[in-house]
Amino acid sequence: MTAALHAEWTKLRTVAGPLWLLLGAIAATVALSAATASVVTCGSAGCGGDTARLSLIGVQLGQAPVAVLAVLVIGGEYGTGMIRTTLTATPRRVTALTAKAVTLTGVVVAAGTVAVLGSLLAGRLILPARGFTDAHGHPALSLADGPTLRAAAGSILYLALIALLSLGVATILRDSATGIGVVLGLLYLFPVLAQVIGDPHWQRLVQRAGPGAGLAVQATTGVRGLPIGPWAGLGVTAGWAAAALVAAALFLHNRDA
Amino acid sequence: MSLQALHAEWTKFRTVPGWVTGMVAAALLVVLFALLAGVSSDQKGAPPVPAGPGGEPVTDSFYFVHRPLSGNGAITVSVSALTSSIPTGPADLRPGLVPWAKAGLIIKDGTRQGSPYAAIMVTGGHGVRMQDGYVNDTSGPSGPVSVGSPRWLRLERSGDTITGYASADGAHWTKVGAARVRGLGPTAQAGLFVASPPSVHGMSTRGSVSTAVFADLRGEGRWAGDGWTGGQVGPESPTFAGYPQNTSGSFTGSDGRLTVTGAGDIAPAVRETLPTGGTVGEILTGTFAALIAVIVVGALFVTTEYRTNLIHVTLAAGPGRIRILMAKAIVLGAVTFGTGLAGAVAAIPLGEGLARANGVYIFPVASSTELRVVVGVAALLAAASVLALSIGTIVRHGAGAVTAVIVAVVLPYILMAIPFMPVRVSTWLARVTPAAAFAVQQTLVEHHQVASIYKPSNGYYPLGPWAGLAVLAGYAAVSLAVAAVLLHRRDA
Repeated sequence: MTAALHAEWTKLRTVAGPLWLLLGAIAATVALSAATASVVTCGSAGCGGDTARLSLIGVQLGQAPVAVLAVLVIGGEYGTGMIRTTLTATPRRVTALTAKAVTLTGVVVAAGTVAVLGSLLAGRLILPARGFTDAHGHPALSLADGPTLRAAAGSILYLALIALLSLGVATILRDSATGIGVVLGLLYLFPVLAQVIGDPHWQRLVQRAGPGAGLAVQATTGVRGLPIGPWAGLGVTAGWAAAALVAAALFLHNRDA
Repeated sequence: MSLQALHAEWTKFRTVPGWVTGMVAAALLVVLFALLAGVSSDQKGAPPVPAGPGGEPVTDSFYFVHRPLSGNGAITVSVSALTSSIPTGPADLRPGLVPWAKAGLIIKDGTRQGSPYAAIMVTGGHGVRMQDGYVNDTSGPSGPVSVGSPRWLRLERSGDTITGYASADGAHWTKVGAARVRGLGPTAQAGLFVASPPSVHGMSTRGSVSTAVFADLRGEGRWAGDGWTGGQVGPESPTFAGYPQNTSGSFTGSDGRLTVTGAGDIAPAVRETLPTGGTVGEILTGTFAALIAVIVVGALFVTTEYRTNLIHVTLAAGPGRIRILMAKAIVLGAVTFGTGLAGAVAAIPLGEGLARANGVYIFPVASSTELRVVVGVAALLAAASVLALSIGTIVRHGAGAVTAVIVAVVLPYILMAIPFMPVRVSTWLARVTPAAAFAVQQTLVEHHQVASIYKPSNGYYPLGPWAGLAVLAGYAAVSLAVAAVLLHRRDA
């Protein structure tokens, strides 16, 4: 297992793509968060907005490069035929997949931490100038605040789970482009589908069911009104990731590469 | 363009099962979403949506102080005050300005919602207006009313024609407008009215209530009945949210001086005032799902050749690199257009039928508009697939191309839907990003005389349908040109 981990880490470290994708994920997250924070406004009557969630909106964009990275970790090997070398070197296929998952989780958590802290810092610096001040009931963002800490830590975990889901999907589909299409479809379509559904019961069901439900972990206010609780939402995302990885392990084990 | 190149690309396309499956999935997703939108909604038993003379949904709820007027006649009044109140919390009513609060004279076929009328009124912030048929609006003398500067209003009926006048002193009159009101019976209800539409506060609206002080009420002609009757027209209606808490419509006073309080509006219904209504665009939400499928197929159509090195064979066999790219774009665009057309043609009647069967009101559209939406959705998908093909040719990498195009098209839409995203920002996104193309699905129109939240996520786009599509087509065309140049210059 150590050898497999070392091999995966070397593969990830020695090509330029993963590093750029991780830097891209950080840049995209912080940029979208900062841009959104600088356009919203809070009037004198208070705005009821959730400043932590607002500051972390960039995760919606940052998850895309993370998903690409995760898909390429295995999809790229299928594209070039490298997968056969990998599986020859590590004949225990599930071990090879596990090594990929562990390495991927490590780098995504590292990049996700930078991205999330950068976004919160941007929110802390920008939002007071947009009317989200103490006087309007919006104290400056701080990790000392329990819900904000949960939102930050949860967002990092969310990014890691999206990476694992993407790895699983790409392993099942054995193609990077189709894999990324399916992952982004799963992430972006559930919220869009929820909007067209008229029946409130069905609507909540759809909002709870998608892998994007994990973004509920970013909520710090009005948690009771959410379709799903913060940790429960992250649990749904974890369920998707686990299901994808288990299916991937089964396929990888039983199929020709 | 050689037919051989087209034929070669078509053969490649139709013989890869994954790509054909992707296209079939795209069409099915459009239909599936329409089906879900249709079956998941339940409005059975909701009161009917009032319809105006053209069949369009209207708000027709206001406080009406009326008497029957037989045949021709006239009515004159002066207005010396129009004040509005807006709730800021439960049981906390604060004075405020409601620009389209209305108080004045109206001659209407009856108290049935949606019946024909013409009215002249003072407004909270838009001066004197003459309105008829729910959608027509003519401006008169500007400025607010007060005790120091009251406004006299006069409405005359002559057959089908109703003429409105305004005056600052009750002696010198200006004609504001004349309206031919079709369907006005021989005996109409005429009198005073007060309406007070919801007040817009940033991203939300709040119900309001307004009170007007009238004097010098005078009628000419054959007026029946003894005295004035007051009542709310359309108190229970999907297009009327009701009075703010602890308020109600009323009128007090006698012949000389009348104080009337009312809420509601006499105007075309918009998204905010008819929240339960559905649109054709919503039925076609599956376009998003289809987009992702056609983007994947579009990108793979060229990047697979790079991955398998088939591109060398293609370029060696073909008549010229740029022509091959054009052949790919034409084949892909045509196939996607056909797919989108099939999906939308099946989805609209299915979704509409199911939604109507569940009692959902669908904002009516002309058949020409429906045709535009269907063709527009097909063109949107075709343009997105060509964009994906072009980006795929530029980056020569399937996953990168798919991600770039999906993020460019879908992310702006998600940002537009964030509840407290300012209208200014979401309309900017709907102008400059590829998501502008979703304007082809819009069927709602803005009305200047209805203050509301006109933003893309409510179905109101800043660009016209074809202009919005042109933005996406522009991105696709520029990318295709860049792809052609790079393909020509680079080693494959």
